[in-house]
Amino acid sequence: MTGIWSAVLVLSITGAIFALVLYFVAQKFKVVEDPLIDEIAEVLPGANCGGCGKAGCRAMAEAFVKQGNMEGLKCPAGGDEVAKKVAALLGCTPEESEPQVAVVRCNGSCSNAKAKSNYDGLQDCAFANSLYSGESGCMFGCLGLGNCTRACQFDALTMDKETGLPIVDEEKCVACGACVKACPRGIIELRNKGMKNRRVYVACRNKEKGADARKSCTAACIGCGKCAKTCPFGAITVENNVAYIDYKVCKLCRKCVAECPTGAIHAVNFPPKPAPAPPPAAATAEPTATTPATETNNNQ
Amino acid sequence: MKTFAMGGVHPEENKISTTAVIEEFPLPETAVILMNQHLGAPATPCVAKGDTVKVGQLIGKAEAFMCANVHSPFSGTVQKIDTCKDAFGLAKPAIYIKVEGDEWEESIDRSPDIKRECDLEPKQIVDKLKEMGVVGLGGATFPTHIKYSIAPDKKAEYLIINAVECEPYLTSDHRVMMEHAEEICIGVSILRKALGVPNAYIGIENNKPEPIAVMKAMAAKFQGIIVEPLKVKYPQGAEKQLINAITGRRVPSGKLPIDVGCVVSNVGTAYAVYEAIQKNKPLMENILTVTGKKLDKQHNYHVRFGTTYNDIIAHSMGSLPETTGKVISGGPMMGKAVSNLDAPTTKGASSVLVIDESEATRAEESNCIRCGKCMHACPMGLEPYLFSSLVKNGRIEEAGAHNILDCIECGCCFFSCPANKPLLDEIRLGKNLYRGILMAKKK
Amino acid sequence: MKLLNVSGSPHVHSDESTKRIMWRVNLALVPSLIVAIAFFGINALLIAVVSVASCVLFQWLIEKCIMKTKSAVCDGSAIVTGLLLAFNVPATREMIWLVAIGALVAIGIGKMSFGGLGKNPFNPALVGRVFMLISFPVQMTTWPKPGDNLFSMSVDATTGATPLGMFKEGGVSATGDVMQYFIGHMGGSMGEVSALAILIGALYLMWRKIISWHIPVSFIGTAFVFAGILWLCDKGGNMDPLSTILTGGIMLGACFMATDMVTSPMTKTGQLIFGIGCGLLTIIIRKWGQYPEGVSFAILLMNSVTPLLNRWCKPKRFAN
Repeated sequence: MTGIWSAVLVLSITGAIFALVLYFVAQKFKVVEDPLIDEIAEVLPGANCGGCGKAGCRAMAEAFVKQGNMEGLKCPAGGDEVAKKVAALLGCTPEESEPQVAVVRCNGSCSNAKAKSNYDGLQDCAFANSLYSGESGCMFGCLGLGNCTRACQFDALTMDKETGLPIVDEEKCVACGACVKACPRGIIELRNKGMKNRRVYVACRNKEKGADARKSCTAACIGCGKCAKTCPFGAITVENNVAYIDYKVCKLCRKCVAECPTGAIHAVNFPPKPAPAPPPAAATAEPTATTPATETNNNQ
Repeated sequence: MKTFAMGGVHPEENKISTTAVIEEFPLPETAVILMNQHLGAPATPCVAKGDTVKVGQLIGKAEAFMCANVHSPFSGTVQKIDTCKDAFGLAKPAIYIKVEGDEWEESIDRSPDIKRECDLEPKQIVDKLKEMGVVGLGGATFPTHIKYSIAPDKKAEYLIINAVECEPYLTSDHRVMMEHAEEICIGVSILRKALGVPNAYIGIENNKPEPIAVMKAMAAKFQGIIVEPLKVKYPQGAEKQLINAITGRRVPSGKLPIDVGCVVSNVGTAYAVYEAIQKNKPLMENILTVTGKKLDKQHNYHVRFGTTYNDIIAHSMGSLPETTGKVISGGPMMGKAVSNLDAPTTKGASSVLVIDESEATRAEESNCIRCGKCMHACPMGLEPYLFSSLVKNGRIEEAGAHNILDCIECGCCFFSCPANKPLLDEIRLGKNLYRGILMAKKK
Repeated sequence: MKLLNVSGSPHVHSDESTKRIMWRVNLALVPSLIVAIAFFGINALLIAVVSVASCVLFQWLIEKCIMKTKSAVCDGSAIVTGLLLAFNVPATREMIWLVAIGALVAIGIGKMSFGGLGKNPFNPALVGRVFMLISFPVQMTTWPKPGDNLFSMSVDATTGATPLGMFKEGGVSATGDVMQYFIGHMGGSMGEVSALAILIGALYLMWRKIISWHIPVSFIGTAFVFAGILWLCDKGGNMDPLSTILTGGIMLGACFMATDMVTSPMTKTGQLIFGIGCGLLTIIIRKWGQYPEGVSFAILLMNSVTPLLNRWCKPKRFAN
């Protein structure tokens, strides 16, 4: 019996001593932190995607508290909903912003940009980009090795096996911009979601002269400038042989889409136009080539 | 027998074109001369569309510090000045020339006589090398005049001539030593004079007994040229390994050979130096090995750069063999795979190597079994397996702390990996990312 | 024409592969297997067959049904585990089916739960063996006597004790014939008895550069020296050093188990420390531990130190 008692006694005493030590150490090295940080960190999405430019959600919460307002700080993943919650906690008005979505500006699919070599190295876009132009020979096009899909924390990007291009899931995409940073060729852009999710954009970044660009990809922008001339709002600029549509100016009239000789301009989420009865054989055999606009409905 | 301190592998040598005498390659109909055939900034074109040019005429002027002059290897008319995709599909500034006849600049001495005496001062030698656009022909195409302009606080003690040719298949150095031993020795003497060092060492691997004999006999006639046979081990021809093998010194991390008193030049460069200094002939051609196990005939050619890979393939073998898997510019260990055969050759090209598909396709990757072969094969004493996992997990700075930038990209790690992991690909990616981090930190 | 391949250099590869390494290890284990069959008869053969077959089957099933990946059974590593596991059990009749349970633990817990070959921190065969030793202590320590007629295929064998067991029980110096120990004519696990056969296999592996001398030499050397010191201090209470290294699992462990690439350090220095640690722990367990034999525990303990050794013992950098 004495054995048990001595054990109980010794353990109790040592426990008490350590508890005291821990208490004093905790007092001594106490870090005083604004409880607001915890509260804000709670309402942030917690994905640590880095879309805000901070190291993670906690760092963002600290930045909010330090600054005291929301100027210049924006959680792209959380959107307006989170912004409102944070604003309520901080006691300021949230900045309104247009919701955005990632857009893949390349249409160099396996059929449009035929492979001219066979890549057999590390499955990483940044490495392949440092090695050579890519399978199609286009120095500006998608390499198809999926760095953007791996960068996405929200499962919004997948590689389409058929086209070899990434597909953005509009529902899941929060426009955090991780994929934009991950793409070594700057193909992905964040664009305003637009009215009813409708967008018109140039799906090409090829700065080569028209003939050279066409050599690597049949769907390349050849910089002909027809779209810029057609646009009634002056939303389109052609620089370095490639057109760019400013989404802030574009009114989604789609005149440029019809004008583009290579089908490089994509219009997504528009109701399909009543097609003026194209030859049925061609329509069934090669739907991707004849109706790029409707086809990209699913791709986007 | 001397060799370097650690690591190394011994790939199958496959030197099947050693007996093929160097042939003159016929002139193509049109040629494209790239403006950056060297390490550094591209040269600035100094001719205009419609101009007629002669062989050896300056067409691209070096304006940046790290740059080299480009001379026309052909005579004819300038068709256009535009961009051209190089062998890897990347657009580079270029001059297109329609080849007409073969008219040379008068200043170039085309006689077969060997000119032995050189009375130029060291400074004049370096200036002339710059004028003649000579770059290192070992693969890195570092402008030679920069290498031989020694900073006042540094002192060269050794001149090392790299005739190791440790890459499998390549035989251009082998042939140039067999056929131009005397010119090489004169070139080496000129470089020795330019540096003001007492001795020059020519390192040759022991699997080339004939060139060793030829060079030894020739070097005996010259003062201060020592031929040093070396044990056969890849990558003996890498600069740091060669310095270590011959002098026992080690180039520290992030330093240059001159920091340990060494200057290394390729044997092909020595020959180019001879031609530039003694014959006034700018660098406009190199010796190219055209080889492959499946080819009927192996060749070594004098090819003027600007000739396309397709020209070379058409002339030497008609068309690529049916089962070709890869075409490589350079050796199989460090050369680059060519994706665009329409591209012109450049100063750095040393071979057109045709690899069969059975060898060209990488085997499937499996788990690392931690055998340590990559580590023991690494001539820099690094841990490739560790870099592989660090880079994959985005721990780039940790990889940097484990000296990832010391990697010389010799490929011994991937070569010896039983799990077929693309170790060198991952390391290259890690090096690029780490350099990016360092750059960002500097700012 | 086919498209040209493009990849980073190097464009050639040595003929080295995981598969070839594993099959060479299997080949190196054959002499010990032959000796085991010669001494312990049909039981030894059946145990080996069951052990190998169940290891391969379990790995295949786990890869197919749980991990849903392409099966890597062909690389031969499951066969190595199977053979080593069989070598670590006594060649009795019960073992013919018990070894299948050991195989399940070795492959399922020891290897596949970590992600398969290359990711396991512990030697899978030893995980299986230690599991069996703790779960079936009686069966795992019932040792058959080696038959006097070689390759006698009789099923029933008389049981005896191992020299180590006798020593632990009796506390008297085992007066065995060292030559008998060397050839392996003694009680023990079926693959550990013959130092001669093990050495043949180990020399083959060294010639093929699959293992280096560092681990076996430092392991056996340390055990020899440490046992020697103990023996010199007290000749009655300790076994002589030569018998120490020839009996029990030291030879098998040092040559085939401790040298497992996956679970041992990569640098030479790390390997030497690893071997010394194994040797010390083995003798400590034998001398002061509950079990007469400590090789398995010693190696498993050192396996757990391997990542630290890899971290601590870096190769010499060329550029520093």
